[in-house]
Amino acid sequence: MSNLPVTERDLFVVGTGIAGMSAAVYAAKRGLSVSQAGSTGEIVFSSGLFDIMAVHPVEEKKLWENPWEAMAAVAADMPNHPYAHVSREDVEKAYGELFDFLSEFGLEYRMEKEANSKVLTPIGTEKTTWAVPVTMWAGVEALKNNAPALLIDFEGLREFSAKQVATTIGDKWSNLKTMRLEFPDSASMKPILTGIMAQSMELKETRDKLYALIKPHLNGVEAVGVPAILGIYTTDEILEEMEKELGVKVFELPTLPASVPGMRLKSLFEGRIGTLGVDLKLQHKVFSITPLNDGRYEVTFGVQAPTEKVVAKGVVLATGRFLGGGLFADRHHIVETVMGLPVSQPADREEWHRTDLLDPRGHKVSSAGVEVDSSFRPIDENGKVVHERVFAVGSLLAHQDWMRMKCGTGIAVASSLRAVEAFVAQQ
Amino acid sequence: MQTQVLIIGAGATGTGIFRDLALRGVECMLIEQRDVNAGASGGNHGLLHSGARYVTTDPHSANECKVEGDIIKEFAPHCIENTGGLFVAVKGDDEAYVKQFPINCEKAGVPCREISPEEALKLEPNLNPDVIAAYEVEDASIDPFKLSLENVADAEAHGGVYKRYMKLLGFSKDGDTITGARVVNTRTGKKSVIEADQFINATGAWAANVAEMAGANIRMTYAKGSLLVTLSRLNHRVINRLRPPGDGDILVPGGTVSILGTTSVRVEDLDNVAPSIEEINRNIDQGAQMVPALDTCRYVRAYAGVRPLVQLGESSSDRAASRGYALIDHESESLDNFITITGGKLTTYRLMAERCADLVCNRLKVDAPCLTRGTVLPDYVQTEWAEPSILTKREWMRRHNSDDHLLCECEIVPKSAVDAILDSFGPDEKPRIQAVGLRSRVGKGSCQGAFCGARIAAHMYDRDLFEGRDGVDSLREFLSKRWKGQRPILWDAQFNQAELKEALYFGLLNLEMD
Repeated sequence: MSNLPVTERDLFVVGTGIAGMSAAVYAAKRGLSVSQAGSTGEIVFSSGLFDIMAVHPVEEKKLWENPWEAMAAVAADMPNHPYAHVSREDVEKAYGELFDFLSEFGLEYRMEKEANSKVLTPIGTEKTTWAVPVTMWAGVEALKNNAPALLIDFEGLREFSAKQVATTIGDKWSNLKTMRLEFPDSASMKPILTGIMAQSMELKETRDKLYALIKPHLNGVEAVGVPAILGIYTTDEILEEMEKELGVKVFELPTLPASVPGMRLKSLFEGRIGTLGVDLKLQHKVFSITPLNDGRYEVTFGVQAPTEKVVAKGVVLATGRFLGGGLFADRHHIVETVMGLPVSQPADREEWHRTDLLDPRGHKVSSAGVEVDSSFRPIDENGKVVHERVFAVGSLLAHQDWMRMKCGTGIAVASSLRAVEAFVAQQ
Repeated sequence: MQTQVLIIGAGATGTGIFRDLALRGVECMLIEQRDVNAGASGGNHGLLHSGARYVTTDPHSANECKVEGDIIKEFAPHCIENTGGLFVAVKGDDEAYVKQFPINCEKAGVPCREISPEEALKLEPNLNPDVIAAYEVEDASIDPFKLSLENVADAEAHGGVYKRYMKLLGFSKDGDTITGARVVNTRTGKKSVIEADQFINATGAWAANVAEMAGANIRMTYAKGSLLVTLSRLNHRVINRLRPPGDGDILVPGGTVSILGTTSVRVEDLDNVAPSIEEINRNIDQGAQMVPALDTCRYVRAYAGVRPLVQLGESSSDRAASRGYALIDHESESLDNFITITGGKLTTYRLMAERCADLVCNRLKVDAPCLTRGTVLPDYVQTEWAEPSILTKREWMRRHNSDDHLLCECEIVPKSAVDAILDSFGPDEKPRIQAVGLRSRVGKGSCQGAFCGARIAAHMYDRDLFEGRDGVDSLREFLSKRWKGQRPILWDAQFNQAELKEALYFGLLNLEMD
C-alpha cells in the first residue's frame, strides 16, 4: 500500500450526495484544491426539492409557514440540532452559492423567500418544502389558486396515477381533471420508467407527438401537470418549448426514486464539478483515513481495493446515514463507517425504533449520528474534538430527524458551507 | 341472514369445520372479523408435524400428529412441501435425552431413523459441524394460507357462505338457546343479525371472549410465539433441535425462505401482538447453535402468533401444556346450541374440525358421515402468488404477457395477479392493500412494501377501488402492519431498507403528517 501514487490536496471530500457535492463546490470556489470520492447511487434518491425547515416539534406535527422562523425555533429548543450551529445567513449563503452553480448549467430553482411552498406529491398529499425546481413551480401556484388544470399520467407507468392524485387532493384542488395517455413509442416498454421517458423527451420527435396527444384536451385548462419527465439535460428548454406549444403553464410532480429530478442533479454535479477543478472519483470507496504527524490526513481509496492515496490538510465526511453508508447498524450497535467516529445513539436496539411506524415522535434512531462542535468537527462524549481538521456534514449529523422535520438539504448545505469556511479559517 | 350453522372465526379450524359441514351437505356460514388466518393460523411455523416434537412431553398428541399428518399429505398435497425433517443434538446437549428419543418415538408410533452426524451434515451442510446425534423424521412444511383459502373455496363450492370483515358484537338468546349473532361489517359499518340453529366458536385465542358473549366461561392462557423469516433458504429439511422444547429450536424451510422459531411468552393483550427484539435475539442466539449461519444471515421479517391454551387442569408451564385441543359443548352452562373448539395444532386441524362437526351434526340430527379424511382438497385458489416465486425476474420478463408488468419486483407479483385477487372480492367488500398482501407475496420481499405498496395503491385508485383519502389510509395501515414484523430485525441491510422506506413515505410523501 505504501507504493500507491500520492497526490497532495487541501481538502478531501468523502461522499457525493447533496452535502458532499455542495462542500466540494464551496471549497473549490474558495480556491482550495479538492479531491472527492463516493458512490454514484444515492443522489438519484433525491426528490429534487430543497428544504430548510418545516415541522417542529415533530410530535406536535406543527407545520411552519416561514422556514426561517422554524429554523430559529429549532435552534432555540434543540441546542444540539445542527441548525443551532448555523445562522439564517449561513443557510442563505449556502443555498445562494449552490443555486448559482446549478443555474449556470441550466437547473433553475424557484421559491418564496420568506415562506415554505406546498408541492403536490405523487400520492396526492402535500409536501412542504422551500426551493422547488422551476419545472414544478407552476404546480405550486396552481395548487395554491385551485387553478383549472389537467393532470396526465401514462399507460404502464407504475406508482403514478393521476386519478389517485386528483381524488386525494380533491378537497383542496377541485379544478384538477385527469387523463391517461400512451407515451409516444412506449408500446414495447412496460413498465415504462420516468428516467427512460425523460431521455426520450430530449428528442423533439417525442415531444411533438406528446403535444399532439395533449392539445385536444386543453379546453378551459390553465396548466398541465405531468410526472417529472421533462428531460434530463435540457430541461429548461423543454419546459419553455412545451409551454409555448401548449399555450398553458406546464408543471412536473416529483416521483418516487430513481427520480428524474435526482438524475438531473446527479448528471449536473458529476458532469460539471470538474469545471471547478474538483478531482471527482466516482464509484470509489474510501478505505482508510489516517492522521499524519504533520496534522494532515492520508486517505486511501479505490474501486474495490485501495489504489490511490491523497494526503490532504482536511477531510469532510459527507457520507450520509444508513442508506448512504456513513452509518452502519449491526445487531447491537451503530458505528460510523469511515473513521470509526463516536456515534450518539440509543442505548440498545430496543430503543432504536418505536413499535408504531407512525408514532408522532418519530424513531429515536433517526436522531442518532455524529456529534459536532460549532465548526462541525466531530466530538466525543466529553465534547472534545476528535480530529482537528475533520468535519462531518449533512445527514450523518446527530440530533436531527430530516425526514420528519423536512430539513435535510438545508442541513446539508449549511453544514457543508460552515465546515469549509471553518477549514479555510484554520489555514 | 339465516343459516343452519354459523361458524365464527376463519382460521385453520374454522375453515376446516366450514368445509367439513359443507361436504356433509349442512347449510353453513363462516364469518371472520378480519380475513382468513388472521390469528394463530397465520402466525405459525408452517410446520406439518411428524409428531416427533411431542413424543416425550405428550405421546398422545404425537401420535395424533403422525396420523393426521399422513392424512393431510394425502388429501392436500398441493399445500405441502414434503421436505422431511431432522432432529439434531449438538455438543453440550443432554445425551440421556438424546438416547431416550428413539424409544419415545417408537412408543408413540412416530417413525424415526438414526443417521450419522456425517450423513446429517451431508444432507444439511448448514448444520453445526458439532452435531453429535441426528434422526430423520417425517416433518413437512405446509402453507397455512393456501390450506385455509382452499378450505373456504371448497366449502363455497358446496354451498357454504363466507363473509369477511364481520365483527361479532354479541348474541341474542331465548332461554338456553342462542337465536342470533349480532354482527357489524367493519368496512361498511352496517349492522345485522345472523340467525342459526347452531353456533360454533372457532375463534382460537379469542374463544374465551366469544364464549363470554354467549354467557359461558372458559379459562384460557395465551402464549405468544415469535418467529423470523430469512431472506434466502438455508435448509432442505425441517431441522429440529433434539432437546426439551425451547426457544429457537426449529428451522422450517418453505419455498425460498427459512423460518426460525419460536419463543413462548405469556401475553394478556390479544389485539396487540408483535415480536419483541428480545425474543428475536433469543431465537437467533439459540438457533445459531443448531445452524450457525442464522447468526449472520439476512432476515426480512419477524412475526408472532398466539397459541390459545385452554386450562383444563393444573399446569404451570405453557410449553409443557398439552397441545391437545378443547371441544366444549357448553351444555353444563345451560347453552344448548353453542360449541367452542380451540387449542390444538395446525397439524390436527382436520381432526378438530371432524369432531366438532360430528357434535353439530348429532345435534342437528344429520347423519351424513365426515368426508374430509378421504376427499382430496381441490386446487381452486390462485395462490401461486402467495408462495415464494421460483421464477427469477429475468425468467418472468422473458415469459410475461406484454400487457402485464410487475407491481412487486422483490417477489415478482405482476399486475395480472393483483387484478385476479382484486376481482375475487365482491363489489361491496372494498378490499384494501392489506388484502392483496394476504393473498400474495406483495410486501414480503426485501423492500417490505416500500415500492409495491405505492404501486398497488395507485393501481387500486385506477380501478376505482379507492376514493378520496381511502388509499392514503390503506397505505398507512399496510405499512404499519409490515412494520410490526420489521422493527425487531432492523440491522444491517434491512435497516438501510427501512430507512429508504421512511425517507420516501415521510421525507417526500408526508404520510406521517397527513
